[in-house]
Amino acid sequence: MAQNSLALEIAGLSFNFGKKAALDDVSFAVAKGQFKVLLGPNGAGKTTLFSLVTRLYVSARGNIRVNGADLRDAPLLALAQMGIVFQQPTLDLDLNVRQNLLYHAALHGMEKKHARERVETELARLGMLERQTEKVRQLNGGHRRRVEIARALLHQPKMLLLDEPTVGLDAPSRRDIVEHVHRMAQEQNIAILWATHLIDEVFEEDSVIVLHQGRVCADDSVARVTAQAGAANIAAAFDRITGYTPA
Amino acid sequence: MKMVHAGRCLSGILLRESLRFVHQRERFIAALIRPLVWLLVFAAGFRSVLGISIIPPYETYISYEVYIVPGLIGMIQLFNGMQSSLSMVYDREMGSMRTLLVSPLPRWYLLVCKLLAGTFISILQVYAFLLIASAFGISMEPLGYLYLLPSLIVCGLMLGAFAMLLSSLIKQLENFAGIMNFVIFPMFFMSSSLYPLWRMRESSELLFYICSLNPFTYVVELSRFALYQRFNAEACIITLIALAFFLGAAIYAYDPARGMMHRKTAGGT
Repeated sequence: MAQNSLALEIAGLSFNFGKKAALDDVSFAVAKGQFKVLLGPNGAGKTTLFSLVTRLYVSARGNIRVNGADLRDAPLLALAQMGIVFQQPTLDLDLNVRQNLLYHAALHGMEKKHARERVETELARLGMLERQTEKVRQLNGGHRRRVEIARALLHQPKMLLLDEPTVGLDAPSRRDIVEHVHRMAQEQNIAILWATHLIDEVFEEDSVIVLHQGRVCADDSVARVTAQAGAANIAAAFDRITGYTPA
Repeated sequence: MKMVHAGRCLSGILLRESLRFVHQRERFIAALIRPLVWLLVFAAGFRSVLGISIIPPYETYISYEVYIVPGLIGMIQLFNGMQSSLSMVYDREMGSMRTLLVSPLPRWYLLVCKLLAGTFISILQVYAFLLIASAFGISMEPLGYLYLLPSLIVCGLMLGAFAMLLSSLIKQLENFAGIMNFVIFPMFFMSSSLYPLWRMRESSELLFYICSLNPFTYVVELSRFALYQRFNAEACIITLIALAFFLGAAIYAYDPARGMMHRKTAGGT
């Protein structure tokens, strides 16, 4: 794959919590316009990986490049090209939707008029424009997630990272968000890295990375990962790769 | 770091902290009631017990209420520093701290913006307190209020940096209440807020030395002199040194490569 078509490149990344290895020699890449699912059971190291990619943690071993910018050498350039939706909600509950988004725009140095236009565009895209003056506290979980996705896209990043973004949501809200983000990857040519442990969030046409006990156990299209595992579908392949035996 | 970006970020953080402050009316009321109770109840009761001799910057006998005003200003800023530190621990537990820390600006700058915003809020509280105090007849020369402003900026930053360092050392929100009690009250009582240090020396030499080492003493003295349009160089230098130390340590603690944040992130692995 050509170097300049990669939105995220991770090479030889390792990280320890004390003596315990959380990530061990992790390497993979996400191309522009690609929807890549980071699939792993709880405790596989997904959140640690996200913390390293977003520079909340720093590892001495391995390299991370975002749209060509090295996170170690040019961290601000790399961070500017990333949109992030964390596993935990990160909205300010006492501010309204619009205030939360404008705060994010200010952190990214966006000019006020441009920021206001982008807020309206992204909220409209996610069907939240009419609720922009409501306090976040009044929104349900699904709507809060939509606001977080709109916020992550405000500065038009090349790479969108979502860490288990559907945790705690009901089935319709989950389906709604999963489908929306899949569409977005195709329509906006944005690279998506979607971490989850929920197998039904993986679409047939996706690429998938299986992370287990801090190691990459598979990294290919859903069809190939399924075939390589000798399984009937991705759910069975995931169980086989991670050694999980359904009761 | 581009200056325009840095400026927009600072104004965004200032606006956010101001909005949060406006939305939390009880916080504002509590911030005013606390020093007013000290001023109007405690000071009234102790006026006759504690005699104050003429010491700089005072040139005449003053009432006890007038004496404790700078200490109460320091108390407002100390509590506000702790409050914003508490909100950092809360933000970190709740996750909203992450949106700040993953912004494409140097982390030291983001922390300084946060400090400036907290200091700005504390200055609003101090002037609201002084306004109410003047309604009760406890007032200074008008120019004194103006001289007080730079002192409030330096003191607010120093106490905010101290609180920020504390927030980096606290793993969970529940531990914070204990720290508040073990930090705020000793800092307040072992200073020149409520009584001049010479009075403390009469009672205990050891306590006098502890009070002399307490940076809060110098915060109080800097404000005390500023209110009388005088500059206390010693208090200013010590406060600036303390600011540099606490800010440096807080930036170190929040540095992703070196600091202590690794152990504290809740959530999955």
